[in-house]
Amino acid sequence: MDLKDLYRDVIVDHNRHPRNFREIPDADRRADGFNPLCGDKLTVFVKLDGGRISDVSFNGSGCAISIASASLLTESVKGKTIAEAEGLFSQMHQLLTRDDIDIDVTRLGKLGALSGVREFPARVKCASLCWHTLDAALHQQEQVSTE
Amino acid sequence: MNAVHTVAGNPTALDVAAIRRDFPVLERTVRGLPLSYLDNAASSQRPRAVIDAMSRYYETSHANVHRGVHTLSQEATDLFEGAREKVRRFINAKSTREIIFVRGTTEAINLVAQSYGRPTLGPGDEILVSWLEHHANIVPWQMLCQQTGATLKVAPITTSGEVDFDAFAALLASRTKLVALAHVSNALGTVIPVQRFIAAARARGVPVLLDGAQAVPHMTVDVQALDCDFYAFSGHKMCGPTGIGVLYGRESLLNAMPPWQGGGDMILAVSFEKTVYNGLPYKFEAGTPDIAGAIGLGAAIDYLETLGMERIAAAELALLAYANEQLATVPGLRFVGTAPEKAAVVSFTIDGVHPHDLGTILDHEGVAIRTGHHCAMPVMDFFGLPATARASFAFYNTRAEIDRLVVALHTAREMLG
Repeated sequence: MDLKDLYRDVIVDHNRHPRNFREIPDADRRADGFNPLCGDKLTVFVKLDGGRISDVSFNGSGCAISIASASLLTESVKGKTIAEAEGLFSQMHQLLTRDDIDIDVTRLGKLGALSGVREFPARVKCASLCWHTLDAALHQQEQVSTE
Repeated sequence: MNAVHTVAGNPTALDVAAIRRDFPVLERTVRGLPLSYLDNAASSQRPRAVIDAMSRYYETSHANVHRGVHTLSQEATDLFEGAREKVRRFINAKSTREIIFVRGTTEAINLVAQSYGRPTLGPGDEILVSWLEHHANIVPWQMLCQQTGATLKVAPITTSGEVDFDAFAALLASRTKLVALAHVSNALGTVIPVQRFIAAARARGVPVLLDGAQAVPHMTVDVQALDCDFYAFSGHKMCGPTGIGVLYGRESLLNAMPPWQGGGDMILAVSFEKTVYNGLPYKFEAGTPDIAGAIGLGAAIDYLETLGMERIAAAELALLAYANEQLATVPGLRFVGTAPEKAAVVSFTIDGVHPHDLGTILDHEGVAIRTGHHCAMPVMDFFGLPATARASFAFYNTRAEIDRLVVALHTAREMLG
């Protein structure tokens, strides 16, 4: 496996220039995510319009994988219903952790850039932290930890 | 037998090439590249002499200790107690009664917290630590405070990563019942001038525990010269096995302390009415001990003594000086912890590249370092950092390995910076 499978151009770009890296002051939902192993800390903010995610953002600090993953998350779930976002979460979970099933990466769009992460078991939690945090926000839990 | 590995014609310099042949793991590759193991502060590697001593024990002499009259039990006991004597001599304790085998530094500190601290501390009493401590020298005291109502006080550090002595001295009060201090910081490598701190504490009659996990592998430690009351260290950071460590305690204090675990070996006589505890050090060694671990630790001490702690310290400080010089050439690299006196540990960050990514990229180049908070989150908070990268050197490391580290850091910068 090559380092370039992990640090693909999309990942490097989203790490250098994270999208939706801001607070939503009047967010309807927010949650903090923490990875005690490496000290990554993210806050995910969600604005809801009915059952739909009308705006989503994040801030915090972390490694390239966790920042890029969070940035990609915000782009991919904006405009989605809560149920659709949860469907994506479960697909991402499979993409990151299961090498025994074929996942149609093309259906995931840019999120497919994270498929290399599963070859680096120590980094899976970095990529999944933002998804667990979004899930916690949607379920109105305030905090989530990957440990 | 261990051979003395010194450079021909220069008895003060170690022959690193010969030493590296003693460590089987250093021959392996990682991802097709030679291994550069620069994570020695987390755990060092084992020379064949240690592995062989443990295998030989299991193959020829294993039985339980202090129990049987048969030959194997006697041999096992002799080897186990022989290791205790090697430890005593290595740290210059007065007596083997002051050498208690434990699982490691963490267990040693918990033992002192529960056996020395718990019966003697109460509300209003204080335990004084420093901001540099490893979690293992913080959490046992926090637990003790919860149990007894005592308070944990923390001596601040400076921006260079040194413990502020004046602030420490000002925090020493009549309520201070114990000082617990690192000898060498695991996160930054700072060597704390502990004698000054011990003298200040002893002048007030306050006992001192030193966390020596990062000191014993790298310098000569003499507990009598230090005049400390407790000294804790681990086997696995000094080329010995995991699962074995040592608590040194001043005999008068250990005698006054109650056992902290009950079971076999720590008793002289048991009936349902009354149990008579064994004497030192067995009072604190309930249950069958890690016999092979102790024997392995003894073999590690033999190995280190053959090389000589002065020669080891000199070789490691030369590596530290070289690493500081080479790392300073990497753009955007910031050193974290710049005390004038340090062990061979370099903690650093690189602008634009998170330490966790550094760890992965370096691993791809065969270079093993530690990234994260190093079990010292308060130190990270002090510097306003979530994590650092830490390279830590042992006497078997080479300049070429430091060069590989530097090259890999450049790669990481190009990739992500």
